Amino acid sequence: MTALIWRDVRRYYAGGGATLLVSFFLLVATLFPFAIGPDATLLARVGGGVIWAAALLAALLPVERLVAPDLDSGVIDQLIVRGRTPVTIALAKVVAHWLAFAPPLLFATLVAAALLDLSAAQLLLVLAGLALGTPGLAALAVATAALTAGVRGAGAVAGLVMLPLAVPLLIFGAGTLTGGGGGLELLAATSLVLLVGTPIAAGAAIRAALE
Amino acid sequence: MTLLAARGLAVARGGRWLAEGIELTLERGGAALVTGPNGAGKSSLLRVLAGLLAPAAGTVARGGRVAWMGEAAALDPERALAEALRFWAAQDDVPAAETRVAAALSAVALDDLADVPVRLLSTGQRRRAALARVVASGAELWLLDEPASGLDAAAVARLALLLEGHRGAGGAAVVTTHQPLALPDAIEVAL
Repeated sequence: MTALIWRDVRRYYAGGGATLLVSFFLLVATLFPFAIGPDATLLARVGGGVIWAAALLAALLPVERLVAPDLDSGVIDQLIVRGRTPVTIALAKVVAHWLAFAPPLLFATLVAAALLDLSAAQLLLVLAGLALGTPGLAALAVATAALTAGVRGAGAVAGLVMLPLAVPLLIFGAGTLTGGGGGLELLAATSLVLLVGTPIAAGAAIRAALE
Repeated sequence: MTLLAARGLAVARGGRWLAEGIELTLERGGAALVTGPNGAGKSSLLRVLAGLLAPAAGTVARGGRVAWMGEAAALDPERALAEALRFWAAQDDVPAAETRVAAALSAVALDDLADVPVRLLSTGQRRRAALARVVASGAELWLLDEPASGLDAAAVARLALLLEGHRGAGGAAVVTTHQPLALPDAIEVAL
């Protein structure tokens, strides 16, 4: 299990996944100042939400590489023959995906916060929110990857599957920024529900993809 | 000891029945050769025996660890061959993984290529690498899907020797093939 997680993380970084993620995330974050104008107060107000939307899109980026290549190359066959269940495999992939994409994302958030002129208090809230929300995002990405494995043009379909399901995370994530009571707790709860539920769905999807 | 017992097995793919009423029992030292034309369901039958596919009817019982050699090599292309094999040896939880992998590589005559990335290997070399994983696994039951495809004559002879050695050591094997492969006293399953 640890070896499997480590393998996925290593492949992600070796394949340039982190650079791609950080560049994409910053690119999306800089699109907003261009689109809504360089008004500093306005940017500071919407900045946190922009970062959340960018994080959501960035989590979607590697979806095609999470499950489908391992199904094609027979890696999943080999794991199942060795007694690993599809749910265990999915869970390992969630942990690996989180380890691979959350640290660079949090790092990129620091840069984006400077670009968007966020206050220190807002930045702290965004970082805390992302730390709690990214496990849920990783789980959702793996489930989407498993569901769309074997679909031609899976990238576009993955967006259609994942983005609506990620709306609760976005709402509660961005909700923490306005300072309503219990925002972080609600976000953590949503993340937890996704973490528990999606490996089961992903496992079933992997099992179905083997047929 | 029975390593594989299939009772009244039926294989279906996409709602189409490919084979039914398959009875197969393998004791230690036993072997089965699955033959048939393309599309007869050889690979599907092997996947059912490995537990990768659910049987359409009947039961499969396996009495030991399984080593699976499918169509795909399942070796990470960017890794050195020996490293990629060691990953699987670690998954198999076998003792002395390093020496086992080295021994398996020489058994398939790939020891010169141990440090070469998998992506640079030819098709035949990749098949031999997949065979090396089977050898290194130490599993009792080998399930090999077309192990001889893409191999040259010398490699096919080595494959036959490896199968003989495995059976001699108390293992069993099921092999699908559409080309001649020396497998003495094997039960023939013709689809």
